[in-house]
Amino acid sequence: MTGQHEMGAARISLVEMRDISLSFGGLRAVDGASIDLYAGEVMALVGHNGAGKSTLIKILSGALTRDSGTIIIRGEEATIANPRDARTYGIETIYQTLALADNVDAAANLFLGRELQTAWGTLDDVAMEAEARKVIGRLNPHFQRFKDPVRALSGGQRQSVAIARAILFKAQILVMDEPTAALGPQETAQVGELVRKLKADGIGIFLISHDIHDVFDLADRICVMKNGRIVGTARIADVTKDEVLGMIILGKCPQGAISGPGATA
Amino acid sequence: MVGALLLIWAAFDVLSGGLFLTPRNLWNLSVQSSSVAIMATGMVLVIVTRNIDLSIGSMLGFIGMIMGVTQANLLPRLLGFEHPATWLLTLAVGLLLGVFLGGIQGFLIAYLGIPSFIATLGGLLVWRGAAWWVTSGQTVAPLDATFKLMGGGPEGSIGAFWSWIVGLAACAAVVALLAHGRAQRQRFHFPVRPMAEEISLGGAACVIILAAVAIANAYPWPIGSVRRYAEANHIALPEGGLFISHGIAIPVLIAIGVGVAMSFLARRTRFGRYVYAIGGNPEAAELAGVDTRWVIAKVFMLMGLLTAIAGAVSIARLDAATSSEGTLAELLVIAAAVIGGTSLAGGVGTVPGAMLGAVLMQSLQSGMVLLGVDTPLQSIVVGVVLVAAVWLDTVYRRRSAS
Repeated sequence: MTGQHEMGAARISLVEMRDISLSFGGLRAVDGASIDLYAGEVMALVGHNGAGKSTLIKILSGALTRDSGTIIIRGEEATIANPRDARTYGIETIYQTLALADNVDAAANLFLGRELQTAWGTLDDVAMEAEARKVIGRLNPHFQRFKDPVRALSGGQRQSVAIARAILFKAQILVMDEPTAALGPQETAQVGELVRKLKADGIGIFLISHDIHDVFDLADRICVMKNGRIVGTARIADVTKDEVLGMIILGKCPQGAISGPGATA
Repeated sequence: MVGALLLIWAAFDVLSGGLFLTPRNLWNLSVQSSSVAIMATGMVLVIVTRNIDLSIGSMLGFIGMIMGVTQANLLPRLLGFEHPATWLLTLAVGLLLGVFLGGIQGFLIAYLGIPSFIATLGGLLVWRGAAWWVTSGQTVAPLDATFKLMGGGPEGSIGAFWSWIVGLAACAAVVALLAHGRAQRQRFHFPVRPMAEEISLGGAACVIILAAVAIANAYPWPIGSVRRYAEANHIALPEGGLFISHGIAIPVLIAIGVGVAMSFLARRTRFGRYVYAIGGNPEAAELAGVDTRWVIAKVFMLMGLLTAIAGAVSIARLDAATSSEGTLAELLVIAAAVIGGTSLAGGVGTVPGAMLGAVLMQSLQSGMVLLGVDTPLQSIVVGVVLVAAVWLDTVYRRRSAS
């Protein structure tokens, strides 16, 4: 994103998901949810386990296909039927499960689905390792085990690989599903640092988190889900932590928030 | 693995009074291993993607019958007997059929979601029945003379001179690969192996290659073939006979060629990378945008293609196509892959390992034949060795993991 874009088109949202629904059997995992995201903004998505956060976000990243609703990216309706489609729109996702192939090395995971090739059409492993060393080195200077299968790495190192994959390809829209779940305090702080930096670069970020403190620390806006529906959306400055907890637990939408279909009257 | 193989060889050699480690036996061993080794290279990829293919023995029988009928009945009617293109057309028919049959199974598994165990178990029954149906069970023989060269034998070997050429070319390739790998790592200033290690690595590989060629060349043609050859070329047969080297057998060359190609595919191409990634974590591969279904369908097509190549080698060696050809081959091939270090849990396995596994299985079998062990006892030993080998491997892996 360029600076011009940030200022000139500030009111055109980067992503707008409108009236999205998805059922698994009889369960309405996501029920008429609408959410939007602007460039250079962190939108936190919070709620109980099973509130539909991950499902909603997986629809955006192409891992799940919605039953109904529209996705609009940069003002145009987008067709996202699989993860490849999502990537062509500049959407990168860091999954809660990390989604790493444990039996291959860091570089192979980083470039999975987008391998660098030589002029002969073969894998250019050395070039991929060089890129991997650069990008992972930025995140985690102590990372050395580029030749080992990812299985052999610690939780934090694996997380570094997953995060590096998302930023390597210059995402414009970044989805982070519990990015700090497996990390210690120091690494969590590093991820926070990274989020601020990416935000400054004009990247829009969806942040799913259980940690209210993290959310208040990093996010610009917050969206609360309960039972597959949006309870409400608010600017962080307009609500308190207690009010957000009230939204999560009781579905009660406070004064400062824009109420959604999931709010109790 | 290599250690186990050498141990088995040494044991058989001692027990048979020095008959096992002779050029003649080793040459025969190499020819007998080819067919299973060819299929094992594909089975590795099938198992790495967390699938299995039980149908290949039957498929080999069916494709073999079709190739037999094509060259012995159909093409002679169109082109005349022993037409120079017969072998090529026959082989093309076989390979296409292999890809097609593999494709059917791949489609059922990848797109219809039928477990590969069931889909290929069905294939095991269907293709075997189809193999019988081609000629109502009649054996097709003899085969085209050129086609038969794929099965080995004195004529189906390339002789001493060309064997040395192949050996030297292989040595050159090893050195070039090592040099290329080193240059690539230097390009990005990565740590490289010490030069002495590179040299000893390349040197060892070259010694092994040239020793294998020397062994193949040390096995002379049998006297009957020499006599026929002398008559055909109007050479007076000297008193002590003529020493004509077999050299490397054509089926062995085919197997080595397939092994190199499959290793390349597995290690150096996108397809191979996806195969391993799917085996490691299918969901992650899918989320990374890999078209996992298409990759799995392709793996089964490849398995079909390799089965067709193995089928051509098998019927050429027998000089006949029978509807029971390849019976139980699937189990030998799976055993070879597993002994060669392929994990049935998926994600782990190498092509050279599986080929070595095939040689090990064949060594056991022909070693026992050499010792005159009864057939039922042979099966018992092979079964026990398979289970024991996998158990030892499991123990070893658990240790090295912790």
